[in-house]
Amino acid sequence: MTAPSAVRLAVPFLGAALSATAATAGGLGQPIPWEMSRQVPVTENARDILNFEIGLHWLSLAISVFVLGLILWCVFRFGEKRNPNPSRFTHNTAIEVAWTIVPVLILVAVAIPSFRLLRTQLADPKADMIVKVIGHAWYWSYEYPQTEQGGGFTFDANLDEDKQPRLLQTDNEMVVPVGKIVKVQVTAADVIHSWAMPAFGFKIDAIPGRLNQMWFKAEKEGTYHGQCSELCGQRHAYMPIVVRVVSDQAYAEWLKEAKTKYASLDNGKSLASAR
Amino acid sequence: MATAATHAGAHEVHDHKPSFFARWFLSTNHKDIGSLYLLFAFCAGMIGAFLSFAIRMEMESPGLQYFSNPATYNVFVTGHGLIMVFFMVMPALIGGFGNWFVPLMIGAPDMAFPRMNNISFWLTVAGFCSLLCSLFVEGAPGANGAGTGWTVYPPLSTAGHPGPAVDFAIFALHLSGAGSILGAINFITTILNMRAPGMTLHKMPLFAWAELVTAFLLLLSLPVLAGAITMMLTDRNFGTTFFDPAGGGDPVLYQHLFWFFGHPEVYIMILPAFGIVSHIIATFSRKPVFGYLAMAYAMVAIGVVGFVVWAHHMYTVGLSLQTQSYFVFATMVIAVPTGVKIFSWIATMWGGSIRFTAAMHWAVGFIFLFTVGGVTGVVLANSAVDKYLHDTYYVVAHFHYVLSLGAVFVIFAGVYYWFPKMTGRIIPEWAGKLHFWLAFIGANVLFFPMHFLGLAGMPRRYADYPDAFAQWHKVSTYGGHIFGLGMFVFVIGVVLAFRSKEQAADNPWGEGATTLEWTLSSPPPFHQFETLPRIVDEPGAH
Repeated sequence: MTAPSAVRLAVPFLGAALSATAATAGGLGQPIPWEMSRQVPVTENARDILNFEIGLHWLSLAISVFVLGLILWCVFRFGEKRNPNPSRFTHNTAIEVAWTIVPVLILVAVAIPSFRLLRTQLADPKADMIVKVIGHAWYWSYEYPQTEQGGGFTFDANLDEDKQPRLLQTDNEMVVPVGKIVKVQVTAADVIHSWAMPAFGFKIDAIPGRLNQMWFKAEKEGTYHGQCSELCGQRHAYMPIVVRVVSDQAYAEWLKEAKTKYASLDNGKSLASAR
Repeated sequence: MATAATHAGAHEVHDHKPSFFARWFLSTNHKDIGSLYLLFAFCAGMIGAFLSFAIRMEMESPGLQYFSNPATYNVFVTGHGLIMVFFMVMPALIGGFGNWFVPLMIGAPDMAFPRMNNISFWLTVAGFCSLLCSLFVEGAPGANGAGTGWTVYPPLSTAGHPGPAVDFAIFALHLSGAGSILGAINFITTILNMRAPGMTLHKMPLFAWAELVTAFLLLLSLPVLAGAITMMLTDRNFGTTFFDPAGGGDPVLYQHLFWFFGHPEVYIMILPAFGIVSHIIATFSRKPVFGYLAMAYAMVAIGVVGFVVWAHHMYTVGLSLQTQSYFVFATMVIAVPTGVKIFSWIATMWGGSIRFTAAMHWAVGFIFLFTVGGVTGVVLANSAVDKYLHDTYYVVAHFHYVLSLGAVFVIFAGVYYWFPKMTGRIIPEWAGKLHFWLAFIGANVLFFPMHFLGLAGMPRRYADYPDAFAQWHKVSTYGGHIFGLGMFVFVIGVVLAFRSKEQAADNPWGEGATTLEWTLSSPPPFHQFETLPRIVDEPGAH
């Protein structure tokens, strides 16, 4: 066997893999078996990023196949049997300039949409509501500040081992209304954690002593799952994140219930001290 | 691999070698020290591989199978990373091949500071011992070892690990870092001052160029790491609060310092590999390397730009839009000189008369796999995209493509290429090729599915994971077994080489092998170039 056969093996593998990534949709709010793509995005920014990423993956595939093709051609055409007398050329200014300039142009073409997406992702739109998220070893807590709609309570979200899917469910969930701009302000109480929500297309580190902020506007009701994404010790894999996106009406009801349910837990003390 | 060197110069009647102890424990000979480094890298690599095997077995199915305490899993992940980076890839590519072949290629009798060379090696060994010690003392409460990840981020590494394990790990980095800095000084001095008459910098073989750039990267980046981990040490033990917000410090400061070292570090691992690949491709294409000067300065450019991209490892810590945009831009710039190198290797093969030896298999396989790892690097460079992929298995796949299938493939390419020179023995070609195919298929089956896991949202450093990830993890583990099988073939090949009486020719690779080491005997005499060679060939004709 020779190197070309290696590459011949790799082509269909790579090709199938990358095109599957580009073509199929993943799970909604959670991973599904044999998934080869991102989870279904439920915010506009996440969807735009997914489309951009699909483009990048096609570009990656094209570049990989192009390089592979060149290697295969060299192996096929310039093997010692077929080409016993090597040429001695070592320079070709035109082609050297070309393979410097063309990648630069490709990268510029990548960078322009990339910067645009980043600007949207890090924009600071007027928030409809704010939720403060605090990472602890090893659970998350959520604070809903007092507004005219309600709020003014805090609760912890611990892993619920009895619910399916395993490791993705918590006893209490963060609940937000659909179609509203929600800001999450994220920090941590002990070590660094990271609040990740694949369906919203981002994660943001929860760092002690810092208050990080990201925003999202979920377009679809449903339950979305994420997991802590910064190594935080023994139970790093056991502090999932669950966001339930519900209708305005259901949210208003939940706010009322939550006010009585969670306020009774600690009488709002932790909120008072956090502010 | 390096055990071979015990035979070095056995047929050279005029060689006066010291006794066994003096030769191997007090060594000042660059070839012996190179052999020690290679042997050390092999041993450390076996331990690192054992850790990765345990990781892979645990990840084969969801739930906890082999690790009753996930903290111990974190320790294995950390140990695997630290060992492979600091005690396998670096000693093999820099200490091993660098020590062996930089003096030979530039026509020098030895390294500039032979005794310093010796202490560099033994500091690395001492560092490794300290790291092994850390595995057996308490780290996180109730568990032995440092489970901080190789990045050792505080506060997990300070408040999260009250036991002394992290102190041992920090000391391991201090020791091996000191060894690497001394080694870097040695390489820079040797390459700048001890080239043979006529060997100008622009005639110097690309491997020597690669080691020169690498040495500068080490010299400039390791002191920053040393500073960062020293601050952490005082945070841990002497009540300072550099990284503790309770005292006005900032955990993110550590990340900036760490990655200011950590990003050049990835080029420290891959640049020597670039150098080796250039020689192998040119040798077996029987053609001088294409665009020699562009190849050399592409490495310089990668080295320089590599210092100003560090925060692309930190897109999720809450950097400003302007900062993130800059790091997106700077990171993409690196793709350009890297592309120049890929295309120049292909152009070197173009029009050549290619002989498919085992070494050439590994080198050509490297070009393709490094390209795959490179393009996913461009995907990750985009901060908006990375917000999803950061700290997922997509990143794990990316850096294993450039390191495990990049640097490690080139280490094996280098072994198959230089084994006859280092030992005078010949590894059967079939063993090298079979090893290549097992490694190529195994590593792809092992690491390619990790892209899918990352896209599906699987976070890194998880001992247990949701059931939906199980399928790809199972495939990945099978790939790991295939890769592991290849290692047995490698060992068999080396054993067969030493059992065979066949003596390697001075230049077994023919007219394509033009660098100076092939003008010497195989293995080279204990002291070479007592009369300095004169270099008269064409610039770039290496």
